[in-house]
Order: sequence, then C-alpha cells, then structure tokens
Amino acid sequence: MDGDGEELTAQETALYDRQIRVWGADAQRRLSKAHVLVYGMKGTIAEFCKNIVLAGVGSLTLIDDRIASEEAFSSNFLIPLDENVYGGKTLAQLCCDSLKDFNPMVRVSVQKGDLSSFDVEFFNNFDVVVVSSCSLPAKKLANEKCRKISKRVAFYTVDCRDSCGEIFVDLQDYKYSKKKLEETIECHLRYPSFEEALSVPWRELPRKTSKLYFAMRVIEKFEEAEGRSAGEVSVADLPGVLKLKKELCTEQSLNESHVPDTLLERLVTSTLEFPPVCAIIGGILGQEVIKAISGKGDPLKNFFFFDAFDGKGIIENISNSNA
Amino acid sequence: MASEAIKGAKVLMVGAGGIGCELLKTLALSGFRDIHIIDMDTIEVSNLNRQFLFRQSHVGQSKAKVARDAVLKFRPHINIQPYHANVKDPEFNVDFFKQFNVVLNGLDNLDARRHVNRLCLAADVPLVESGTTGFLGQVTVHVKGKTECYECQPKPAPKTYPVCTITSTPSKFVHCIVWAKDLLFAKLFGDKNQDNDLNVRSSDAASSSENVEDVFVRRNDEDIEQYGKKIFDHVFGYNIELALSNEETWKNRNRPKPIYSKDILSDELAQPNGNVDKKCAFDDEFSVSAMKSLGMKNPQDIWSLKENSRIFLEALRLFFTHRGKDVGNLTFDKDDQLAVEFVTAAANIRAASFGIPPYSLFEAKGIAGNIVHAVATTNAVIAGLIVIETIKVLQNDIKSYRMTYCLEHPSRKMLLMPVEPFEPNKSCYVCSETPLSLEINTKRAKLKDFVEKIVKAKLGMNLPLIMNSSNLLYEAGDVEDDMVAIYSANLEKVLAELPSPVTGGTMLTVEDMQQEFVCNVNIKHREEFDEEKEPDSMVLSGWTQHVSAPENKDKPAANNGASTSGASVPAVESDEISIVSPTKKRKLTNVPNAPGNEARNHQDELQVIDDEDDLVMLEGNMEGFKKRKLS
Repeated sequence: MDGDGEELTAQETALYDRQIRVWGADAQRRLSKAHVLVYGMKGTIAEFCKNIVLAGVGSLTLIDDRIASEEAFSSNFLIPLDENVYGGKTLAQLCCDSLKDFNPMVRVSVQKGDLSSFDVEFFNNFDVVVVSSCSLPAKKLANEKCRKISKRVAFYTVDCRDSCGEIFVDLQDYKYSKKKLEETIECHLRYPSFEEALSVPWRELPRKTSKLYFAMRVIEKFEEAEGRSAGEVSVADLPGVLKLKKELCTEQSLNESHVPDTLLERLVTSTLEFPPVCAIIGGILGQEVIKAISGKGDPLKNFFFFDAFDGKGIIENISNSNA
Repeated sequence: MASEAIKGAKVLMVGAGGIGCELLKTLALSGFRDIHIIDMDTIEVSNLNRQFLFRQSHVGQSKAKVARDAVLKFRPHINIQPYHANVKDPEFNVDFFKQFNVVLNGLDNLDARRHVNRLCLAADVPLVESGTTGFLGQVTVHVKGKTECYECQPKPAPKTYPVCTITSTPSKFVHCIVWAKDLLFAKLFGDKNQDNDLNVRSSDAASSSENVEDVFVRRNDEDIEQYGKKIFDHVFGYNIELALSNEETWKNRNRPKPIYSKDILSDELAQPNGNVDKKCAFDDEFSVSAMKSLGMKNPQDIWSLKENSRIFLEALRLFFTHRGKDVGNLTFDKDDQLAVEFVTAAANIRAASFGIPPYSLFEAKGIAGNIVHAVATTNAVIAGLIVIETIKVLQNDIKSYRMTYCLEHPSRKMLLMPVEPFEPNKSCYVCSETPLSLEINTKRAKLKDFVEKIVKAKLGMNLPLIMNSSNLLYEAGDVEDDMVAIYSANLEKVLAELPSPVTGGTMLTVEDMQQEFVCNVNIKHREEFDEEKEPDSMVLSGWTQHVSAPENKDKPAANNGASTSGASVPAVESDEISIVSPTKKRKLTNVPNAPGNEARNHQDELQVIDDEDDLVMLEGNMEGFKKRKLS
C-alpha cells in the first residue's frame, strides 16, 4: 500500500489502469489515503463495500454486531452459505474476510459496538461515513457528530426496501473545481444535515418530488413511534402506517396522492432487499463516495431515489435554500 | 409470478468480463438457477479493478470458469455452465440458442454483438443488450417482431483514416500513433512479407525504391546503434524532406520539420554509449524496457523530444539485443511494454515534426491499444438494470420493457433514464430483410474486396456464402476439396469476369448459415470514386447507416465527442478501426477516442418529457426514422 510516496506504485498503476483512465492518477492517489466507515452490512452495503475496495481506498471499517443468519444472506454475496464457515460470526466479521480478498492493498477491519455509542472523536478517524439499517434517531445523531468535526466528514445514509432505494448525501460545505471546455470553474455547494432536510415543510417542495421521499419518511416515523429497529415492519403494520400517513399529510398540508397507499404497502410488505436494486444503489453510492474523496465530478445533492417499477433514478434537492 | 418465472428460467450470458461478473453475481442472488456463460478470454491484471470474481492468482485462467467457481461459493446449489470459447464458434448455432429463455450480452465489441443479435432473431429468443464506458452505460431489450433488433439503429462504423493522412499529412496525434504502430513497428518488427505503405508518398515515388528497401533491413554485421540512427534519420529526416519536395501537398498545410538524430542527441553522440546503462539487467524478456534502461519511471510524464528520441533508439536496440527471435513476427500488443514504449516515442517524434503536441506513454497506450476506460460501479448499476429487464422479459410483460440509460450528468433530475423501446425498423436489413444497393466498379473490384469490405466488415457476416442467382460464387468454412480451388480463384477475379459475371443490375444473395441471415445486394456499376471520401471505392445504401462521423478532438478536456451522431446509444464499444487503401486492403487498427475523452454525451440530443404516465420520448437527431413506440 502506498502510504508515504507521492507516486502510485507500479503495482497500483497496473491494477488501477482502467479506472485511472476515467478519473486520473491524482484522484487515485487521494482515494488511497481515504478512510471509510460503514454501518449495517446488508446487501446494498455489501455492494458499496465491494465497489470502494476495488476502487482502492486507504481503509474500510465495518460495524455490524448482528450474528449471521439465513435472512442476512439473501442479498449479500460476501457471505458464504456454509454454516461451518458462517456459524457464530458477526456480519461485519464475515464481510471483512471476503472484502480483504478483493484488493490486498486496502485495509479492511471490524469495529464492534453500537453506532450511537461512538463519540465525535471516533468519527474523526474517517473521511466518509455511510450508515444503513439505522433508525431515524440514530441517523440524526451520527450525522450531527460528523458535522461537529472540523475536517469535513462526508456523511451518507442508504435504505433499500422492496424494489426501491434511497440515498442521502451530506457533504456540508463543499468546494470543488471542474473543467468546462478550457476554463476551470470553482463550485460551492452547501448541504443541509439530515435533520435540516427533513424539516423542510412538505408543501414547499416541488410538486413532482419523488413519492418515495414521502413514503420513506412515513415509514421512518412509524418505526420511531413504535420503537422499532430499522426495517422491523411487516404487512400487519399497514393499517397503522396508513393512519400515520394521513396524519402527517394533514399536518404538512400535503395532498395524500403524493404518498400512494400502494407504495407504502410494498415498502412494509417486503422489507428484504432486492438484489438488482442493491447493485444499482450500491453502484451509485460507490460513485458518489469516490467523487467526494477525489474532489472530482459533480456530487449529487442531496437525495437519490430509485424504483424498479418505473426504472427511474432521480435526484431530489431537499433543502431550505431550494424550497 | 416473478419468482416462478425466475426459478424455471434458463439464461445464456455472453461475456464474463466487467458486466459479466456483476451480472452473474446479481442473477445468482436474485434466484436464477440455470445459467450458461460463454467467454473466450483469460484473466489479465488490468481486469482486477472491476471484475471482482477474479483474483491475482487467477491471471491466465478462463474467465467463464473462474467466474462460475466464485459464484458457486455463495450460491452452491445452482447450475452454472461455463464455455471457454468464442460465441462465433459453430457449436453455438441456432439450436443452441433456442434452449434459452433469454440471452444477456456483456460484450465489448460490435462484431460479436451483431452476431448474437442475428442468432437471437433466428432462434426467436429475447436479447438484453448492454454496454458501459467509464461512467456511461445503457441496457436495451430486443424481442423479435415486437421491438427493434440490435441493428435496427445504425451503430457507429469503425473509424477509418485515408492512407495519405497517415503516410504524409497527419494532423492529429492519433494519425501519428497509427503510423508508428501499423507502419513503422510493422515494418521493423513484423512480417517482412506483408505489404506496407511506409514509403508511399502522395506524389508517385521514386526510382530509388530498391535503395529504400535496403534501409530497413539490418545487415548481419551492422552495429545496432548505427542501424537505429539510420532508421531514425530515414523516417524522421529523409522521408520528411522528400515529402516537402512536393510543393502541392503543403500549399494549404503547415510544413513539417525534418528531425535528425545528430541534432537532438548531439551531446550524446560523442560518447558511443551515451547515458545508456548497457549493463541494465532485466529479469526476463517480459520486463525488457527502454524506460527502465534509461531510468525513466513515470508513464504519465510527457517526454521531451530528446527523451522520446532516446527511448526510440533504446527500444529499438533492446528489441534486437534481447528479443531478437521476435523480430520479424511481432504484431503490436498493448501489453508488450517495449512495443508500447517504441510506438509512443515514434509517434511523439513524428508529432513533433508536424507540430502536434505529444502524449504520455499512458495516454498513447490507451490510443494505440484501443483501451476502454472502465470502473466497477457503472458495471454494477448496469447489471442491476439488466436483471430487472430480464425478469420483465421472462414474464412477457411487454408494456414495461425499457431501454435504460445511465448518465454521468443528470438530465431533468434523472441519472437513470428509462425510455420505451421502439417498434422494429421496417428498413432494417437484418430483421426486416430489406434489400441493399452497392455502387462498385465491377471492372476493377475483385470478389475478395466485396467479401472483406462489404460482406464481413459492413454486413457483419462471419462465414458467408455468395450467390449470383443459382450460381455459388464463394463459400467460407468447410468446403469440398474440389471447390476450394475454384473459390480461391474466384476471390481473385474481377467481378465482371467471374464465371457467373457480376455487372450492373446483378442481384447477389449473401448468406451466413450460422447466423441464419440472408441479404440481397443489388449491384450498380460506377466508374469513379472519391479517394478521400470513399476510400473503399464502394458505397452501400438502402440501409440506414449514417455517414462516417467527424473525428474526435484530441484534447482530453473536450467532452463533446460527437462521433456517433444519430445513434441514441451513449456507450462506446471498443472496436477495431481499419484504414483502407484504394489499391490494397489490409487491416490497420486504431481508435478515435483521445485519453480522458468521455464518450458520447447525449444531453443535448435527448429530451425527456415527464408526464404522469412516466412515458419518455426521445427527440433529436433521428435521421429520418419513422418511429412509433410500442404501446
């Protein structure tokens, strides 16, 4: 691994040749110095981890103390199905063993503990933090801690249910430059925190805002109100969810048609991830993190939604300055 | 039920590379249980940045087989049948294709895609096509009779450059690369019996052609350094002076400058060994390198004229001293470090002569080697989209089929943009059997020209059969002994002089038995052709093929690569390019894209209308198609 040298090693140049042709040697160097933290090792995160390990980040730290079970394997190709191998180990441990294999130049390790238990200093070890399988309070808390650190820590959440997926991006105050024709243009983006984004009144958002945004918020709120962990809902909860939807729409003065019942039904019925969507969301997320680390390319601001039903991958800008 | 359809499906994947690895993984996770996969390649180091099923220890092994083994690790009970073979092999005939519910392509070249397209049409099996380049990608669905076939919309034709541009009047770096690779490298290190345009000049040449041949042949006792400088001075000095003597050529062009080794390396000529460390040892013949020998480490550096000249001479020397047995039978290989060094240096020196800015070895290698830039993330996204379409196809959910484009910059907030497929193109010669017309000089062109340039190159046939009404003029592949000589003779005959003469008004039937594809070509006699615009001296029409596209800009910063106007496919295939000389036909290879140049950027051409029904329409440069959407 190239720790001290400024140049890429011959080994890195050979391995990364095809991607250096995409984003350049400079960007590759920056990647090799970046430290990424990931929480919640389900299918989409497994995809994301594969992508950034292949890309050649400096290090990847995994947090997920859940013990491996059949359910966990459904969309996670990092975990071998042999009980002799997976028995008793945590998801983080199993994924770590597989990921190391993809690129020996990346340091992959496991961190034990609950996300909420880590303090600000812990997050200071990283350049990028990605959380999934995470309750609303935990997401907000992690986001806040990242924002307290003076060096910019990029923060992402990701959530995939049924055949839908959502990515949230917070790059705080982000400056980067890009070439347009012969000129270099300086760009400056200001991102809201997750909490700030969610506080934008629904009626102030553009009429065509993705329905998935509202649907996810309803379910998030339902899980929080019922004290559930992320994804701990089922079709039995549908009446309660629809009731909450009505309340929220009234509160937000939003026409209920923006949050279709059919969509909510899909999201509570199949909480397992859909592998093609894991690949798509994990891919888009991987690209975003690479952009943020390398400082190259327009990062998406600030939500991304995908629904296999219509096949669209949409960027929504949910922030006060926009509304 | 989707899961039932998936469980019972038999799927064929063609390609186990960038898209293939991601696709096989996603198919397995999604519940597919019977997957066949064809790939003729073996694993290389440069694959490992994205083809994640492979490890360093697998380099050299079959992609199809290793991919299968890797996926079985997390889905041990499914059936994956690998074929380490070329999809064009005769075993993969229509009957083979018929056994599958759907075919999924993850290929990297146009030829193979067209071949598979025809087999899928013949077998009536749906095809899901895809491609990626850098951050761009697309997935398209093709069902016979219901949607366009893969060839209904013309795909970019391979780039061609007129021979005189390469031999006499280069204006872009890529011209210098082609000269260095296909002319100089071939002349020095390749098959001596091959025709070579190296000394062709725009004014008809010299009586001294005998002497010219002698220059390139190295005499047994000739000192290698002397030989090297002699070649250098001949191609960069003498040949340029000769070209300058033809005033006409340079009337409206910048004059090139001749370059002689003594002027560039004057301070080194005094010491016979110069700065070269003759004792530089190499581990094996694969690590022989001029850069290493000269202590130059960074392939991203742009070398000075002096450095390029040193590399040129040192690489040439090393070929003879360390790889002598290869000299005389080498073809350029992008993974041959010494060859890449030589070609880079030679191209840069020629570029300097013509006032064209030089490129680094890294960039030159990309151009010379036709390298497609690639990352894992785009392939992963595309694989996900392929599986989604596949499931729709298995359920016959026609109305929901989509062509999906993965963009680098959002268009109307969309990074993933679905579009409804179009109906088949009624004038597609592949799926709608439209006859074609060919303008050709039947008194000058030979049958073999027709076979190579039209039947194989343009029409994409692999093993063609050519008939003039009921008379078989030519047949490729397994042929009876008594016919072999007849067909060979026919190839060399001029069209009008064939046993069954081909003249204006003749209709030829061309067929590929394996692809089960037949095409009728009406012949029109034409005397003259424009050497620059119609270098093949043949014009094929009646088929919606767009005119050769404008050349890309060389500058890496330019993002407007407009080389595929009309095609709505954003991604690029890495294809071979041919230069065709009016008098001889040989294949020279190159690529139009300059380094870092993002391929097709279609933001300007696509306009998305987003209404409640989620229908999206394409507008823009549609070249007179009459299109209607499916529903």
